[in-house]
Amino acid sequence: MLKIKDLHAEINGKEILKGINLEVNPGEVHAIMGPNGSGKSTLSMVLAGNPAYTPTGGEVEFVGKDLLAMTPEVRSHEGLFLGFQYPVEIPGVSMVNFMRAAVNAKREYFNEPPMSATEFLKMMREKRAVVELDNKLASRSVNEGFSGGEKKRNEIFQMAVLEPKLSILDETDSGLDIDALRVVAEGVNKLKTENNATIVITHYQRLLDYIKPDFVHILYKGRIVRTGGPELALELEERGYDWIKEEEDRKMADNEKGEAK
Amino acid sequence: MNALTQYLDLYREHAGLIDSNSAPAMNALRPEAAAILKDTTLPKADYGIYQNCDLSAMLAPDYGLNIARIDIDVNPAATFHCDVPKLGGEPFVVTNDIVNPSSPAHLPEGVYAGSMREFAQKNPDLFASFYGKAAAMDNPIVALDTMLVQDGFLLYIPKGLKIEKPLQLVNILQNGAPLMAVRRLLIILEEEAEAKLLVCDHTQNPQVDFLALETVEIFADRNSRFDYYALEESSALTHRISALYCDQKQGSKVVINSMTLYNGTTRNEYFCRLQEPDAELHLLGLGIEDEKRRVSSYSRISHDAPHCKSDELFRFTADDEARAAFIGRIFVAPGAVGTEAYQSNRNLLGSDTARIESMPELEIYNDDVKCSHGSAVGQLDPLQLFYMRTRGISEDTARLLLKQAFMADIIDGIAVETLRDRLHILVERRFSGASSACASCAGCNSHKE
Repeated sequence: MLKIKDLHAEINGKEILKGINLEVNPGEVHAIMGPNGSGKSTLSMVLAGNPAYTPTGGEVEFVGKDLLAMTPEVRSHEGLFLGFQYPVEIPGVSMVNFMRAAVNAKREYFNEPPMSATEFLKMMREKRAVVELDNKLASRSVNEGFSGGEKKRNEIFQMAVLEPKLSILDETDSGLDIDALRVVAEGVNKLKTENNATIVITHYQRLLDYIKPDFVHILYKGRIVRTGGPELALELEERGYDWIKEEEDRKMADNEKGEAK
Repeated sequence: MNALTQYLDLYREHAGLIDSNSAPAMNALRPEAAAILKDTTLPKADYGIYQNCDLSAMLAPDYGLNIARIDIDVNPAATFHCDVPKLGGEPFVVTNDIVNPSSPAHLPEGVYAGSMREFAQKNPDLFASFYGKAAAMDNPIVALDTMLVQDGFLLYIPKGLKIEKPLQLVNILQNGAPLMAVRRLLIILEEEAEAKLLVCDHTQNPQVDFLALETVEIFADRNSRFDYYALEESSALTHRISALYCDQKQGSKVVINSMTLYNGTTRNEYFCRLQEPDAELHLLGLGIEDEKRRVSSYSRISHDAPHCKSDELFRFTADDEARAAFIGRIFVAPGAVGTEAYQSNRNLLGSDTARIESMPELEIYNDDVKCSHGSAVGQLDPLQLFYMRTRGISEDTARLLLKQAFMADIIDGIAVETLRDRLHILVERRFSGASSACASCAGCNSHKE
């Protein structure tokens, strides 16, 4: 479904991703972990098409198409979803109008007529139930005045509405108390099928108690330096990131020495 | 040559004719106005409070004036119903500067709405006690208007009367050759009176140059309530120069909301005085400027008495080569303790060649006040745009939604639900680039469907 080959990317002239390789297949859950500043969020932004980030090398294939050639909106239509670490507040744009615009844009992309008002409201109601999102939030502006937990639930609600093939959840656990975390994680699990896939980006193992990954990758200095099963996350929880940093830094230093010789 | 000379010459030649088409109380102020104008040098463009405003240039062309009050054939039905649904009864119509004889919807007894001249003839003393009492003749706009105006629209709500449904006034510019319309509005609310008025400005011939010169006076007596909504949907060749004066007495509440949807070159001035304690003013405005359109807004809110409240909110967008300016002064007098005054002006600059100026000014002469002002010129937030696009919303639609949202505060300040809903649609249509060739018809056609 997703094939990333040697992806490089930079922001403001600074290279953050230095050769990412990753393959995700339908039905899989991948966790990407790593210390602060390792490039986790950059990877999610590049995959979603944030114009502030520039891919400088490598390629990304998504559902058999060139992902990097698509606009962010087409990536969404094709089935990519990014759950933001910091969901953006949009004062003056109501949740209802926002979601209607999103739903109908996708339908238009697939040459389908816009959804009727009744149909749309019925769907909103059903999808809200997935994450126990309060009805009153629907009439409010997008994320404006939402609590941290409500914002994250709102992300999963949007995911439920858009029914993506691949969801990238960027630090969805950050800023959540244990109850909110459970609700959000359960929402994600309810939406899981054998045909869709999830990439969970997280700093801590905590979320992975609820969303069970098939693969765990460790990102450090713009590269995936370790890949393993769920046990890798547990090891990180126990030992922290320092041992990985040390090993990797030593390797890099050795490589540089080797090059210098 | 002084741009005012041609108007002074015109007045000198036709003073008799002008007077004969008007009322004595209006005529009484003309000589003084002429004397003042004779010694007036029009302010320099872009100077001081005249940012983005060139009165000389606006007044310089040789516009025709309909001094002889010749009826111009206009079919108001073709224009006035188009953009805003009828809110109450039939709207009152002013074609150029002629107040169409109207048989307005039955208004409560004692209420007057219609020709200023007729009212002045029937109630000379009452009229004279208000006319020209708020508008200051040292403002060249007021002096010129006072010298040349022959009739205008007058709304009089006697003590304690409340009119629920908004009244509607439609100003139409209609002529085959360049024309100047000299307009006047006088609104009198006696104690505890309540009313709402929507004024729409339209231009019927987009290929003809027009100048609409207007002076508005609002008198809100004790505990009265008045909502004034002014909507401009004119044309690229329409010039509008408007000076509004509002005097508020104790406990009165006034909303002034001025929306420039389509225009050519517009200068709007607001002079609001909170003269007695506990008066409340909401002054709002928006302007959507693109191509070579220009809007310049000057406001002066004067807190002259204790415990008054004012809330000022203006939003402008400028794209292409358009220009917008906001100059807003809040004045708090030494004795005006317990004043609350808030001012906010935010602007969206959409291109490198557009220009927006914002000049907030607070002049406060006592310590017991709550005042704040905020002013910003910026662009659409790239992160908001990106967030929307990741949900599948196209960049164009995302921009449209964000621009609409930007204006939402102003429109939500409208107390009349049908008007508010309509304006949300009109603003959406405006931003989505609906034909500006016939601005008013864009609304008109959809209404007829």
